[in-house]
Amino acid sequence: MRILHYWRALSGIVSREVWRFLYQRERFIAALVRPLVWLFVFAAGFRAALGIAITPPYETYILYEVYITPGLLGMIQLFNGMQSSLSMVYDREMGSMRILMVAPLPRGFLLMAKLVAGTFVSILQAYVFLGIAWLYGIQPPLAGLLWVFPALVLSGMMLGALGLLLSSFIKQLENFAGVMNFVIFPMFFMSTALYPLWKIKESSEWLYWIAQYNPFSQAVELIRFALYGQLNQYALIYTGAAFVIFMLLAILGYNPSKGMMMRKGRG
Amino acid sequence: MGHRVKTMKKPALEIEQLSFAYGKKKALDHVNLTIQPAECCVLLGPNGAGKSTLFALITRLYDCREGRIALCGFDIKQESLKALAKLGVVFQQTTLDPDLTVLQNLHYHAALHGMSRKQADQRIQQELERFEMYHRRKEKVRQLNGGHKRRVEIARALLHKPQLLLLDEPTVGLDMPSRQGIVEHVHALVKDEKIAVLWATHLVDEIYPDDKLVILHQGKIKADGVVSEVLQKTGTETIREAFSRLTEGMAT
Repeated sequence: MRILHYWRALSGIVSREVWRFLYQRERFIAALVRPLVWLFVFAAGFRAALGIAITPPYETYILYEVYITPGLLGMIQLFNGMQSSLSMVYDREMGSMRILMVAPLPRGFLLMAKLVAGTFVSILQAYVFLGIAWLYGIQPPLAGLLWVFPALVLSGMMLGALGLLLSSFIKQLENFAGVMNFVIFPMFFMSTALYPLWKIKESSEWLYWIAQYNPFSQAVELIRFALYGQLNQYALIYTGAAFVIFMLLAILGYNPSKGMMMRKGRG
Repeated sequence: MGHRVKTMKKPALEIEQLSFAYGKKKALDHVNLTIQPAECCVLLGPNGAGKSTLFALITRLYDCREGRIALCGFDIKQESLKALAKLGVVFQQTTLDPDLTVLQNLHYHAALHGMSRKQADQRIQQELERFEMYHRRKEKVRQLNGGHKRRVEIARALLHKPQLLLLDEPTVGLDMPSRQGIVEHVHALVKDEKIAVLWATHLVDEIYPDDKLVILHQGKIKADGVVSEVLQKTGTETIREAFSRLTEGMAT
């Protein structure tokens, strides 16, 4: 009976998120246009400037577009994770977060369900993007398209948990815009999304160091290897650990007795 | 005190010695309040009296550190899930999703309370019909006016058959007829469904003679009793007079 309750609540939260996403068509298009611009414009321009040597998981020389695709999948999820936490800040102001929080279920579960819902939406976007990339000629092995699913689940949860954590600290939307600039851009640029690690090392040691420990890099590598049917164990463990840490901190942030809600004072 | 009526059922809401402060500023000071089943309790207080804080504590947005809150006998800290299952809430700001339909909004809530699809369909129909909103179930919430949104929100709060309904200034910003409609609906609910209601407001005309009246001022309870009792104790004729006597000198 109890498990049934959890299951119904989870599917309720997920379907709400999917409905909202489908009704907000501009959001769907924006979420797709962003990585596509990177793929069609940025990557095409960079192709000439940047040759990628043979590097695992790739077995041949590859085009820059091929290299950047997993990074763009990560980008979709990064934006989505931040955006769904943006919607939580907005939700909380609108009070619908309060409705969620008075549901007779543990808060940790409710936040987790919210994360699953956001991740689900980001995976929908990721597959549509992969479909378009396929038509453009970026064709990973078919098995890779299956293997990338669990990788996207984990990376989506990790990035969503990060967003959730940030949302528990941020009081107002204005501050959130700042976090977008201070979180999304640094995370994306200082990662392996755009250049492989060894290439970064050639130019800057400290950037190499940051990129290596940036959880976003590890999420991208997890996706990259999965897309070619391989498991990058280090990336898996790193991403998983980052998820657990972010999630625990987020639950703490939403805990009524210890949380940041108190410090915010009256809503 | 005088209100501890011996009943078989546990009180719908029991608050004992509840205090709360924002930093040094005291928002609630040793508040005691009991609401029995089928009792409509109107919490009257000027803005900043502590009404919203009280609601935030009952709904566990904040944790109560001093004092105790129990719903139907379940302590909200120790048995929070059982307590929350007994609670229906209508918050001050609207909390419906404007992009979704009435039905989608209500199904979301039903899912959070673990109802099956069939149960949910049935309860949604019952509650929307009660508020004469069933024919509008497929419309997006954005298309409803303020009064209708409120009715949907009250219907939503009732879906899981709570024992206690909290209403935080539900009529703010509504026109006269919508306001009256909601006041009537809620009072009918108390009579028909034997549900307990805690209704926060600063509008005296929303109070019925046999309501329980609680006046909150600067975090303290200044009066607690049936309307006639409060009038008698304060030696006043109207609630408005009683209210200004008890909150004397303070702007409302």
